[in-house]
Amino acid sequence: MQDRRSLVLVAPAFAWLTAFMVVPCLLILALAFFRRGLYGGIDYEFTFENFAMVLDPLYARIFLKSAWIAGLAALIAAVVGYAAAYAIASMPRHRQPALLFFAILPFWSNYLVRTYAWIVLLNREGLIVGIARALGFSGEMPQMLYTEGAVVLGLVYNYLPFVILAAYAPLSRLNPEISEASRDLGAGRWTTFRRVVLPITLPGVATGFVFVFVLSIGNFVTPALLGGGQFQMIGNLVYDQFLSANDWPFGSALSMVLIAVMLVLLTAQTFANERASTGRQSAEPVDG
Amino acid sequence: MADRLNMQVMLLILGLVFAFLYLPISVLVGLSFNAGGMPTAWTGFSLKWYGALFANRDILRAAGNTLIVGLVSAGIATILGTLLAIGIEIRRRKGRLLETLIFAPMVIPDIVLAIALLSFFSLLDVRLGLHTVILAHVVFNLAFVCAVVRARLKSFDWSIVEASADLGASMLTTLRRVVLPALAPAIIAGGLLAFTLSVDEFIIAFFTAGPERASITLPMQIYAMIRFGVTPEINVLATLVIGFSLVTLALSQRLNRGGLPGQ
Repeated sequence: MQDRRSLVLVAPAFAWLTAFMVVPCLLILALAFFRRGLYGGIDYEFTFENFAMVLDPLYARIFLKSAWIAGLAALIAAVVGYAAAYAIASMPRHRQPALLFFAILPFWSNYLVRTYAWIVLLNREGLIVGIARALGFSGEMPQMLYTEGAVVLGLVYNYLPFVILAAYAPLSRLNPEISEASRDLGAGRWTTFRRVVLPITLPGVATGFVFVFVLSIGNFVTPALLGGGQFQMIGNLVYDQFLSANDWPFGSALSMVLIAVMLVLLTAQTFANERASTGRQSAEPVDG
Repeated sequence: MADRLNMQVMLLILGLVFAFLYLPISVLVGLSFNAGGMPTAWTGFSLKWYGALFANRDILRAAGNTLIVGLVSAGIATILGTLLAIGIEIRRRKGRLLETLIFAPMVIPDIVLAIALLSFFSLLDVRLGLHTVILAHVVFNLAFVCAVVRARLKSFDWSIVEASADLGASMLTTLRRVVLPALAPAIIAGGLLAFTLSVDEFIIAFFTAGPERASITLPMQIYAMIRFGVTPEINVLATLVIGFSLVTLALSQRLNRGGLPGQ
C-alpha cells in the first residue's frame, strides 16, 4: 500500500527523466551504430564503422591527448586538493565548516566567468604580463594563453573545490588517536602520515580524482577558451560533429566511448572504496 | 615546537590555496570598476561600464531569457524533485534503478546530454527555443532539488505523519498540512539552488536553444563575447553574474543550514 502511494509521488519525475534523459541517451546509443548519410543525414543501416573511426590514428591521438590532459589536471587537483583538505582538517574544529564553505564557494559561480578570469590574467596584454613589465621585466614573455598548460590550469582551477570537498570528508572523520598510537609506537611524523593517515583517507581523494578526470575529459569549453582555436579535445570533436561537420553518428559514437570510460572509472572507484571500507571495518576494534 | 611549525605550514597551504581560488575572480571584479577598462592600467574608479552594459539590448534580452528559463525550470523541478524525494523516502523497497536514474544527471557529461537532447528534439521535429532549454534544464535541476530535500528527510520525524493519519487526515492532507510545511526550508533552498544552476548553465542551453538570436541565454551571450576577447563589458557582466550567484547561494544556505550538497 505504502509502495503504491509512493509510486504516485515518484512517477512524474520518473517520467520526466525517462523522456528527456534515458530516451535521448538510448537514441544516441542507437545513432552510433548507423551510417552517416550522403548529405549529413542518417542512413538507417547497421554498422560498426563509427567505432572503428574512433580508433583511427587521427582521432585516437585526440583521445589520448584528452586523457593525458584530464589525467594531469586530475592529478594536480588531487594533490593540491588533498593538501588543502588536510590543512583545513588540522585547523580548530569550530573554524572548519567556514573554511570548507569558502573553499567550495567559487565552485558555485559561473564556469564561463571563472575560465574567463584566466584569459584576463594570461593573455598577451594581460595582468601577469603587465605586472612583469611594471617590475622592470622587458624581455619577451612566453606565450601563456592558448597553451596546453593554460587548459590544465583552467581545469584545475574550476574543479579544485570539488576535490577539497571529497578529500575533506574522510580526513575530518579521522580519529586523532590513531595517529597518536602510531607515534607512541615510535613511527615518525612522515611514516605515520604515509603508513597510517594516507591509506585511510585515500578513498576520498580518489573519488575527487575520478570526478575531475571524468569532468575534464569531455570538457569542450575550457579547451575552446584557454587552448585556442586549433586545440582539440574529445568534447570539441563531439561539438564539431554536431554543429559543423554534421556527422551525428560519429559524434554519438564518440560520446558513447566517453560514457564507457566514465562508467568504467566510476565502477572501479566504487568497488575500490567498498573494499577499502570493509578493510577498515575489520580493523574497527582498534579505536574501540 | 614541531607542532607550531606544522601549524604554520598548514596556514601557508591554506593561504596559497585561497589566494589561487579567489585572486582571479577578485581581479575581474576590480577591473569592472576601472575607468579605462583595460586590465594593465588602473585609471580610476568608474561605474561607466555598468551604464554601458545596461544600455546593451542584446544583453538585456539574454538576461530576460535566462530569467524565464531559470524560473520555469526551477519551478517545475522543485515540484517534481520534492515529490520524488518524499516518494523515495517513504518507499520500503529501495530500488537501485531509481537511485541510478537520479544520480545519472549529476554525472553524465553535459556535452553528452546536450547532443542527446539535440538529436532527440530534431528527430521528433520539435522546434528549438527557450521551451526546449526548459525541458532539458528540469532534468538536472530536479536531481539537485531531490538531493537537498532528501538530506532534510533523513532527519525528519515520521511519527508526526503517523499522528496525522491517526487523527484521521487523508494522505493528501497530511502531505499538504504536515510534511510540506516541515520541509519548506529545504524545498525553497533546493529551488534556489536549481535556479542558480539553470541561470549559470551553458552547454545544454547552447545545444537545445536552437539557432535563433531570440532564444540566446546569458551564458550563451557571455561565451560569444569571451570568444572575441577581453572587454570591459564582460568584466562587468562577470561581476554581476558572480554577485548574483553568491546572493542566491547565501539565501539558500541561510534558509537551510547544512542543506548544500556536501555541507
